[in-house]
Amino acid sequence: MADEIKPDSPPSTETPKVAPPKPPASVAPKKPAAKAPPEPPSGPTDPEPPEDLEIPGYVQALQAGVPGAVNQVTYWVGDWSVIVSADRLLEVMNFLRNDAATDFDYCSDITATDWPPRQQRFDVIYCLYSTRLRHRLRVKVRAAEGEAVSSVTGIWAGANWLEREVYDQFGVNIVNHPDLRRILMPDEWQGHPQRKDYPLEGPGEFLMEDPQDWLSLWNLPDEAGEADIE
Amino acid sequence: MTTEASSRRIGQAFDTDELVLNMGPQHPSTHGVLRVVLRLDGERVVDCDCVIGYIHRGVEKLCENRDWTQIILLTDRMDYVAAATSNLGYVETVEKLMQIEVPRRARYIRTILAELQRIASHCLWLGTHAMDIGAMTVLLYSFREREHVLDLFEEFCGARLTYNSMRVGGLPLDIPSGWDKRVSEFCDLMETKLDEYEELLTNNRIWVGRTRDVGVISGEEATALGLCGPPLRGSGVLRDLRKDEPNAAYEEFDFDIPLGTRGDTYDRYLIRLEEFKQSIRIIRQAIAGLPEGPIMGKVPRLLKPPAGETYHAIESPKGEIGYFIASDGRSTNPYRFRVRPPSFCNLQGLRRLVKGHLVADVVALIGTIDIVLGEVDR
Repeated sequence: MADEIKPDSPPSTETPKVAPPKPPASVAPKKPAAKAPPEPPSGPTDPEPPEDLEIPGYVQALQAGVPGAVNQVTYWVGDWSVIVSADRLLEVMNFLRNDAATDFDYCSDITATDWPPRQQRFDVIYCLYSTRLRHRLRVKVRAAEGEAVSSVTGIWAGANWLEREVYDQFGVNIVNHPDLRRILMPDEWQGHPQRKDYPLEGPGEFLMEDPQDWLSLWNLPDEAGEADIE
Repeated sequence: MTTEASSRRIGQAFDTDELVLNMGPQHPSTHGVLRVVLRLDGERVVDCDCVIGYIHRGVEKLCENRDWTQIILLTDRMDYVAAATSNLGYVETVEKLMQIEVPRRARYIRTILAELQRIASHCLWLGTHAMDIGAMTVLLYSFREREHVLDLFEEFCGARLTYNSMRVGGLPLDIPSGWDKRVSEFCDLMETKLDEYEELLTNNRIWVGRTRDVGVISGEEATALGLCGPPLRGSGVLRDLRKDEPNAAYEEFDFDIPLGTRGDTYDRYLIRLEEFKQSIRIIRQAIAGLPEGPIMGKVPRLLKPPAGETYHAIESPKGEIGYFIASDGRSTNPYRFRVRPPSFCNLQGLRRLVKGHLVADVVALIGTIDIVLGEVDR
């Protein structure tokens, strides 16, 4: 059932692990010697749509309505997405929310990906949906470390926690957010765990080196509860 | 003693400062380790803030360091009362990324499992929600029926809570002989039990008094807040991914999407009760038309999706569970694994829902949005 490799899937690089016999035709000859680990990928593929595929109306409306804001239209396994520049994000989002042809009234998800070799290492990704027209679009913004990305909470109130999570896990500099705090990690946490250069098992026990650091966690001010509510 | 001084003293005695009250993280009706900081004016809630992350386990980070098959059992541990739908959303996302065709029989069985899971999850919701409000009996009744579903799952895959019940490309196991008959029997049983729940609650004066016009939210507001699942449909927004973007075998079955009119807690209760009936309807159709054939598509043993990104969402009992997955095309683990947890997005709406209500209603409102903290915190 499952012993054969799909012909179009890229050939495996880990021969020692995949020992079971395979049809020899589909396996390219490989060097068994240990190689240096490959370079980390420097960005997503962002493939162009195929020539014979028509760009959907809502993307065309965006290109016409906010000229010059869409840097690239990409298509992959049925998903359309657009890449826009960070400084025109709010303009694009306002158009997508309010225009009758786009009408994206629901913000499904906001997340990010980290591609450290790239200068603008973060992709902030907005998954939008229209509950009336029932179409989806992903909007992607590239941002460097510290580069400002405008908050979209003014357009979709539900973006609040999602943007807090992007800030918490990636450290993307989201500006004009009403309540930018960490959400999943504790407030005093150092670093941003979803970055690719953050180790899986945490940064080590840096807090334990100086007992004062540990103690400072417990000496929270009395009005901590009230400060939380702002 | 002058009158002025005494009135000042009385003024101090009836100080009307706002009070900050911590509800949780150890509180029986926050359904896990959720801390809700309430700002109160007397017994009215002025504002609230949810503090989450107490059981954050870094599932997304962990998944980026596990191979594509190992991730399935991590998805079990997010929404642990609806593990099968979490599995389903994940495997379908990988199938979309790899463009794998899933055999029809596997899609049918997946649909049955997902709907059984919806019944189990709603049973747990109904019992705990009713108990939070004070109706103890319903908990005992609905857990009795949930037990039947868990038995069916145990018979199918050996586990009662974290099933690991799906694989990329199909299912690990075919159904045991006679299982479909027992599922049909369960559907008949469940239908009679639903009447018992309704008898206990639907026209119960206390129940109606505690839920009618509590936590009212309009359709536009619910959409902008990103609510999903029953809280969104309770406000009259027609959005169910089983109809809008059919996955598994849903496009082959007839079922209705119940919608609310007022957008209050009582409407959300009625919707979930109706969803029980619709789930039973779907399961019956799937059992009757269960096709023969393989249960596993053509899938390489070592999964390695081509480079690319995709987002795929399905309707879990709580709402839209979406997976955003990026593959770099050369390693055996995802480059980026992201879950869009429905409980997380619904919990965000709590702040809007509780404003102006009594402290006792906060409990009812946490119950009505049906959260699982394992999924909120991940």
